[in-house]
Amino acid sequence: MNLTLRIWRQPGPEDKGRMVTYQVDDVSPDMSFLEMLDVLNERLTLSGEEPVAFDHDCREGICGMCGLMINGDAHGPQRGTTACQLHMRQFSDGETIDIEPWRARAFPVIKDLVVNRGAFDKIIAAGGYITAPTGSAPDAHATPVAKADADAAFESAACIGCGACVAACPNGSGMLFTAAKLTQLSLLPQGQPERYTRVIGMVDAHDEAGFGGCTNAGECTVVCPKGIPLNTIGRLNRDYLTATAKGGGTPGS
Amino acid sequence: MDLFTEGDPIADTKAPSGPVEARWDTRRFEAKLVNPANRRKMTVIVVGTGLAGGSAAATLAEQGYRVRSYCYQDSPRRAHSIAAQGGINAAKNYRNDGDSVHRLFYDTVKGGDFRSRESNVHRLAEVSVNIIDQCVAQGVPFAREYGGLLDTRSFGGAQVQRTFYARGQTGQQLLLGAYQALERQIGLGNVEMNARHEMLELVVVDGRARGIVVRDLVTGEISTEMADAVVLASGGYGNVFFLSTNAKGCNVTATWRAHRKGAYFANPCYTQIHPTCIPVSGDHQSKLTLMSESLRNDGRVWVPKATGDDRAPRDIPEDERDYYLERIYPAFGNLVPRDIASRAAKNVCDSGRGVGPTKLGVYLDFADAIDRLGRKAIEAKYGNLFEMYERITGEDPYQVPMRIYPAVHYTMGGLWVDYDLQSTIPGLFVIGEANFSDHGANRLGASALMQGLADGYFVLPSTIANYLASGPLEKVDASHPAAVEARADVEDRIRRLLAVDGDRTVDSFHRELGQLMWEHCGMERSEAGLRKAIDEIRALREQFWQRVRVPGDGEGLNQSLEKAGRVADFFELAELMCVDALHREESCGGHFRAEHQTPDGEAQRDDDRFAYVAAWEYTGTGEPAVLHKEDLKFEYVHPTQRSYK
Repeated sequence: MNLTLRIWRQPGPEDKGRMVTYQVDDVSPDMSFLEMLDVLNERLTLSGEEPVAFDHDCREGICGMCGLMINGDAHGPQRGTTACQLHMRQFSDGETIDIEPWRARAFPVIKDLVVNRGAFDKIIAAGGYITAPTGSAPDAHATPVAKADADAAFESAACIGCGACVAACPNGSGMLFTAAKLTQLSLLPQGQPERYTRVIGMVDAHDEAGFGGCTNAGECTVVCPKGIPLNTIGRLNRDYLTATAKGGGTPGS
Repeated sequence: MDLFTEGDPIADTKAPSGPVEARWDTRRFEAKLVNPANRRKMTVIVVGTGLAGGSAAATLAEQGYRVRSYCYQDSPRRAHSIAAQGGINAAKNYRNDGDSVHRLFYDTVKGGDFRSRESNVHRLAEVSVNIIDQCVAQGVPFAREYGGLLDTRSFGGAQVQRTFYARGQTGQQLLLGAYQALERQIGLGNVEMNARHEMLELVVVDGRARGIVVRDLVTGEISTEMADAVVLASGGYGNVFFLSTNAKGCNVTATWRAHRKGAYFANPCYTQIHPTCIPVSGDHQSKLTLMSESLRNDGRVWVPKATGDDRAPRDIPEDERDYYLERIYPAFGNLVPRDIASRAAKNVCDSGRGVGPTKLGVYLDFADAIDRLGRKAIEAKYGNLFEMYERITGEDPYQVPMRIYPAVHYTMGGLWVDYDLQSTIPGLFVIGEANFSDHGANRLGASALMQGLADGYFVLPSTIANYLASGPLEKVDASHPAAVEARADVEDRIRRLLAVDGDRTVDSFHRELGQLMWEHCGMERSEAGLRKAIDEIRALREQFWQRVRVPGDGEGLNQSLEKAGRVADFFELAELMCVDALHREESCGGHFRAEHQTPDGEAQRDDDRFAYVAAWEYTGTGEPAVLHKEDLKFEYVHPTQRSYK
């Protein structure tokens, strides 16, 4: 396959970026999208240009490190698939492909296609956990958990923190990410003691980090490679309201 | 041989004597403690945020130490532990099926082909039960039964159901549990987290590990961080093969730099090759993807009987197929252990009967299972794996047999540590896959997660206190001559990598090194092959330093520079792996020497000569390493020959 790539190039956080056009020939349909970028980068390196910086690590769809806007879609055209698991057979010969970084106020660009997603970590640090210092745990079977609750908790826990939801949201909201963690922990008996302080802490951190508000556009759940459902945000809102009524304080020890 | 010399044996691993069941209690009681008020004055550096590093950093901070944590990824949540699929073993015996701490201990020593330490493995089995409790308390969503209790399954041929799991994403869920505990401590100000930072050198002051030199991968800034102790939790070195199931960034640099500073490297030749991975599809391939071992429960492995048979698999009649595992190993059939299945696949491909475009693949066929159980049943069991396979290969495994081939998956070797998980450099502790300690020559399925969390949550936090309590250490800062020198070395190396400005990319060297290692130090090794590999690695290493091209500069984000530094260290490690494999004139676990097999082609150990840990001391690049032997004594589990026929 021969492809035309238009890629966002930005040397550093303070620099102005622009789309640059590259021709890539001899692309195999069996290549992953990132392997296609590898081919381009090898060529750029040998011709004395700087290769395109992009984040990636496991390349099997679980670490959440890769994230590209491909023709305007977060992670590209294939549903339930991260950019690293997207293969070139999803494209056709002669196609022009636009590749851009996540664009959101809370995710500033570091270089080319690499953005800073540290804001997600701050949301977790503000309450996205159950306080259980090592050694303090009772026997694992001390508290049974209904299978339906455990399964639903798992569905939400499957979030890989890639940030596609934020990139797709017209408001740059991180609500799906926040709600996924809140849903997981609030479905489990172990998560109950901190349930209402947790939601206040995480939502406050979310807002402080510069994410926008949720207006139920629903774009997030469409692009989510792990299919985190939109109703997690409903659950977040319900808990948030309850917490406000209770006058919930800050989370933590 | 001129490739190494032999030094003094390692006399003491610091494991207490007495009954094996009591040793960990004894050690904990004998260990000195640090007064909580003094812990606040002590800083511990933890490199890596996977299961071992994340859990250790969180736990040390909970105990009151000041912790500085480092990872090369953009967030501690992305460490490669996240990709582990199968599960985590624990001797809970919730099934009442005869499991016990002793049985898990026994299975692990035997599974490691009698090349691990009894004291360590027993401790691992003891601690396994606490791990499950800890993770459940953190909200890890393990699979559960309808009664609300935890579900378990059998894994990797174990006869008891001791593997706890969260669908096919157990590693992810356990890691997120540790990550959340770590983030809590970051939020409380007890851990200073440094993501997108890479450790490039260890600082050793007066024989003790006192700090590290790190590069900020975003700004390019080099800094020296001092501490009272350093913990390496930087994972394994499977990426020396270029193609492996490891994440692209996984590397040996942290442990290799420590090795160069005096830490012994143990059993580097023990690598685990997983039989069921998706085969290489072309020269562009950048990594390999594991398909869960559980597929072999229902899939039948075969290749055509005739060489060069290019017909589509469905057009090959039954009597022209060779179900070679069923033929060679009638008792275990398709369920033989990982090392056996991998080698058998290599042998049929070497004989020219491999399938697929590259001829490096064998079929894993579900047609019989689908006939017998129906498509629905297969979908329920393996649906997600079949989808993943189709996404990557574009082929529907319900219609055509899967193609699989072995791939490098895990490394059992690593920095040598004593019973306290302390390396030969005082104050340098090594945990998780980065150390060598618990799996011997072969790791059992679902035991990597167990070891990572055992080390991080429970073992290290007890043993490191004993070291720290021996202080207070002399105050040193980044202006100490040893720290200044370490930093200058790092800067010099970066300058040299950038200055070569040659005509080959880093990846092209890495790929070539990987092919060499796969060919000669992979599934089957021989004396001639290893000697050849050592010569070629040396030559290629020289080429690397003359011809590599690293574009850009060191001032900001430069992914080529990151890769170049890692590959330079892989070149040095690769040689040591070959020397280790060459000197070990026996076959055991993941190490198969062609010259040492039974008449029917199985691995032949030589317990009289090789029942020891090979701990290597660095003397210089390309210089003969010094071998220190740690004899292994088996008081409880008596070595036997494995057989699966």
